[in-house]
Amino acid sequence: MTALWLLFLSLGAAGVALCLARAAAGPTTPDRVVGVDGTVTISIALMVLLSSFFDRQIYMDVALVYAVLGFIGVLAVARYMERGV
Amino acid sequence: MDAQGEHRTQRYLTAFVVSFGVWLALVGTLNWQELLMGGVLSAIVAALGWRYFSQVGFSRLTPKKFLYLIAYIPVFFWAMIKANFDVAYRVIHPRMPIHPGVVLIKTDLKSDSGKLALANSITLTPGTLTMDVEGDSMLIHWINVKSTDTKETTRMISEKFERFLKVIFS
Amino acid sequence: MYIFGQVLIGIGTAFLFLGGLGIFRLPDVYNRLQAGTKCTTLGAFSTILGVGFIHPNWMLKAIVIAVFILLTNPISAHALARASYKSGVKLWDKSVVDRCKEFEECQEIPKEEEG
Repeated sequence: MTALWLLFLSLGAAGVALCLARAAAGPTTPDRVVGVDGTVTISIALMVLLSSFFDRQIYMDVALVYAVLGFIGVLAVARYMERGV
Repeated sequence: MDAQGEHRTQRYLTAFVVSFGVWLALVGTLNWQELLMGGVLSAIVAALGWRYFSQVGFSRLTPKKFLYLIAYIPVFFWAMIKANFDVAYRVIHPRMPIHPGVVLIKTDLKSDSGKLALANSITLTPGTLTMDVEGDSMLIHWINVKSTDTKETTRMISEKFERFLKVIFS
Repeated sequence: MYIFGQVLIGIGTAFLFLGGLGIFRLPDVYNRLQAGTKCTTLGAFSTILGVGFIHPNWMLKAIVIAVFILLTNPISAHALARASYKSGVKLWDKSVVDRCKEFEECQEIPKEEEG
């Protein structure tokens, strides 16, 4: 059973690595933001997976707060790109 | 002022009920202490935010609209799953068969929340991404352009959602 | 129930990986947003619901997180697409059609007021 869980987690981690590579390499600013946005969404799913893996419900609250903060952060950056501070 | 004052209680109650529902889902028990705390906090949140929460409240929710909302959910999820396999195919394919482009569509929906729901549905379904909304026209980025005519694109992209959303948000 | 949850988690993580691959491979911002939004939204949704099926008494909280992601991800994609168009990111060279020129909004300079 643990092997299956490790497979799930490493698939997600590979997704995070690809998103971060795009965020590091992206030719324009919006490209980098898209990479970071993908990272945030995938990390939320991974946090929930980890909370199931370690059997701690409190990690799901962390995932919820991270979802809210990531959403607000992306909106703030988009607004900044659109019309300055 | 009249239009606002008329719905004031309704809007306040809507905000209260939704916040209380989210609180219940988060704590997950029916302990009386949690219920009391949730009631107090929801009352405070609703008092602070009812103005921004909704325009008319639940007062215009009729059984017909509710049925259409229930019927809309499977349609939406089916379109979303198709969209994912579509995008996955394009990503995995070695030569990436994409023909991206930006097209316009027209919508008949009047209310802001209706347009928001339509834009979100379009974004999550096959190959399309809403870029901007202005009045009754929407700017759509389409990953595999099949037509550039406004009428054609409207028929192909948004018709199946609008049939439901027109009733829900009328 | 346990097996069903694990199947959901498997599908979800596969789509998360595909979303990352799409963000990495596709040629311009808008196409990347397409892959990024659709695949990661469904992937996260199905992963979180799968965890909810494995631990039935966490189900309500899982549904709250999943619905929140389902509602907010398209909005941030929309905001990013609009912002990158306004800040002048060009479409991919091989794009078929660009009808944004007919859309008055695109030619205006971004306004200062209006929140």
